[in-house]
Amino acid sequence: MLQVVCIKQVADTETRVKVAADGRTLDPAGVTWILNPYDEFALEQALRIREALGSGEVVVISLGGAGVQTTVRNALALGADRAIHLKTDGTQPDSLQVARALAAELQTDALKAAQIIWLGKQAVDDDAAQVGPMVAELLGHPCVTVVAAIEPLAAGATQAVVEREVEGGREVVEVTLPAVLAADKGLNEPRYASLKGIMAAKKKPIEEKAVTLGPPALEIVSLALPPARAPGKIVGQGVEAVPELVRVLREEAKVI
Amino acid sequence: MAILVFIEQRDGKVRGVSREALGEASRLAASLGGPVVAVCPAASDPGLAALGEAGAGEILLASHEAFRYYEPLGYTRAVVAAVEQVKPKAVLFAASSMGRDLAPRVAARLGVGLASDCTALAVEGGTLVASRPVYAGKAMQRVSFPAEPALVSLRPKLFAPAPAQNGAAPAVTPLAIDYDPAAARARVREVKATTGGKVDLTEAEIIVSGGRGLKGPEHFDMIEKLAVALGATVGASRAVVDAGWRPHADQVGQTGKTVSPKLYVAVAISGAIQHLAGMSSSRCIVAINKDPDAPIFKVADYGLVGDAFEVVPALTEKIQALNARS
Ligand SMILES: Cc1cc2nc3c(=O)[nH]c(=O)nc-3n(C[C@H](O)[C@H](O)[C@H](O)COP(=O)(O)OP(=O)(O)OC[C@H]3O[C@@H](n4cnc5c(N)ncnc54)[C@H](O)[C@@H]3O)c2cc1C
Ligand SMILES: Nc1ncnc2c1ncn2[C@@H]1O[C@H](COP(=O)(O)O)[C@@H](O)[C@H]1O
Repeated sequence: MLQVVCIKQVADTETRVKVAADGRTLDPAGVTWILNPYDEFALEQALRIREALGSGEVVVISLGGAGVQTTVRNALALGADRAIHLKTDGTQPDSLQVARALAAELQTDALKAAQIIWLGKQAVDDDAAQVGPMVAELLGHPCVTVVAAIEPLAAGATQAVVEREVEGGREVVEVTLPAVLAADKGLNEPRYASLKGIMAAKKKPIEEKAVTLGPPALEIVSLALPPARAPGKIVGQGVEAVPELVRVLREEAKVI
Repeated sequence: MAILVFIEQRDGKVRGVSREALGEASRLAASLGGPVVAVCPAASDPGLAALGEAGAGEILLASHEAFRYYEPLGYTRAVVAAVEQVKPKAVLFAASSMGRDLAPRVAARLGVGLASDCTALAVEGGTLVASRPVYAGKAMQRVSFPAEPALVSLRPKLFAPAPAQNGAAPAVTPLAIDYDPAAARARVREVKATTGGKVDLTEAEIIVSGGRGLKGPEHFDMIEKLAVALGATVGASRAVVDAGWRPHADQVGQTGKTVSPKLYVAVAISGAIQHLAGMSSSRCIVAINKDPDAPIFKVADYGLVGDAFEVVPALTEKIQALNARS
């Protein structure tokens, strides 16, 4: 079974955000780049399915500037078989632009047999949570987002049963393959790259393809640091401060 | 021009987040002009005429027996059909699990942009500008829309429902859609309740979260008790979830839930940047931590430095006493 995992390189979650001179994007100076955490769950699940079936291929695709290859190499070290780098000039695309480029690649002969297209629930930089359902709509595939569990798949399976986290519960969804699945944390415990994996990754192919993005669907007006919260106060120490805490919550904040 | 609002229902009831979206649509309509039109896919009318009070001037019902549960294909068809009929300037969704799944599909189908999980909308020089947190709330991005309709989803609990308006109850008009349920290739088999009927974190008015400083799952008892006294939902830090003390559904933060309750009480949580990402848009934050230098105190409106094992039971007792009096 062919599975494709769409992976995004993002700024580390510890990054201190500085706005670039254009006033619209992140200043990349000093930023550490990582594989989007949700994409780790997606990749891990694809690898586990391949391992459980004892056959099949896991291809990762990443769209971005030249710099994303370090992250792609990392995915290969974790166990992906090969990679496609949709190379852009590095400008920040919006979700629809990304989805259109990914969908076009997924329709090529080499990938159109993919049974599961994995993505993360959301990229932790733009926090959009859009690309998965967009790719599905463009391909005419069903899609399940926020996948928190998946039942084991048999070889030649035509459907998957997954659980999707919703308010106050979990939907159990039967989805016909081929399908797009967007992974949530909790789906699995991602592995670390082994030394052997890192060595093997050096020999795995990364196919580089230049892409020209379509017109943007959103225009970024500005990026700014959020207004700081008004400084709070320490109401006191220990049990003695409890009455004062309750008083301020009732009288000042009026929240209880 | 009209503003279209997607109305979500569950178990035959309109969800509160949709009233919030209607409220914001009414405010936008006041500056943009034009009616507020609601569209709801459902198996049967969940009492939509009552949405007149919440700001809807016109209501479209796309009914199909397959719409008892969320069904992405059919729901997308319904919203797209409403867009074609109404030709709105903007379409508003709640950034709920349903809205977050549906809105991008609609955007891709229409070929327009979507600003997701917005915390504010404004009209500037006649055009819509949406503000949304990015980098887990460490920055705010403002976006505009080159093409119409502009699609936005709104973060739950931040937008006020419209004050009740008296007026004629709007007519509920059926919306014809071309839909064959056999074409739906994702089907909800069942919905398993995980919160035992309690309000979900993303919709809770009050949240009490516990962190690793509680030292073991058994000590969440005292967090549960405080939560019951406050009428709150229990949340947790990732350290606690990763240790297996609480389910992932309870996790607040960058890789958990984003919440905006009116009161968030963080107990024995240090306040790592990834935790703050999930709760810093709360209206009032209280921190209880024994370390006076814990970063959580930097975002807390009210801090109490002390041992949770002493403070939490005392706080619970005090709240219970107040509840007994009223
Ligand atoms: C990619 C990524 C994503 C992440 N996503 C999330 C996320 O979604 N949510 C999240 O929460 N974290 C997330 N984290 C983890 C985060 O960095 C922190 O490790 C985590 O939030 C720490 O949890 P904690 O505050 O419970 O534990 P600690 O940091 O260990 O803090 C425990 C606190 O308890 C206090 N304490 C100890 N004993 C007592 C006592 N008796 N009374 C009162 N206070 C006491 C201590 O002073 C301390 O401040 C993420 C990390 C990464 C790298
Ligand atoms: N540039 C990209 N290249 C490959 N996959 C991407 C890219 N951007 C987003 N994705 C995928 O789409 C998911 C959701 O991203 P987003 O909609 O931006 O929050 C991510 O977790 C990735 O799996």
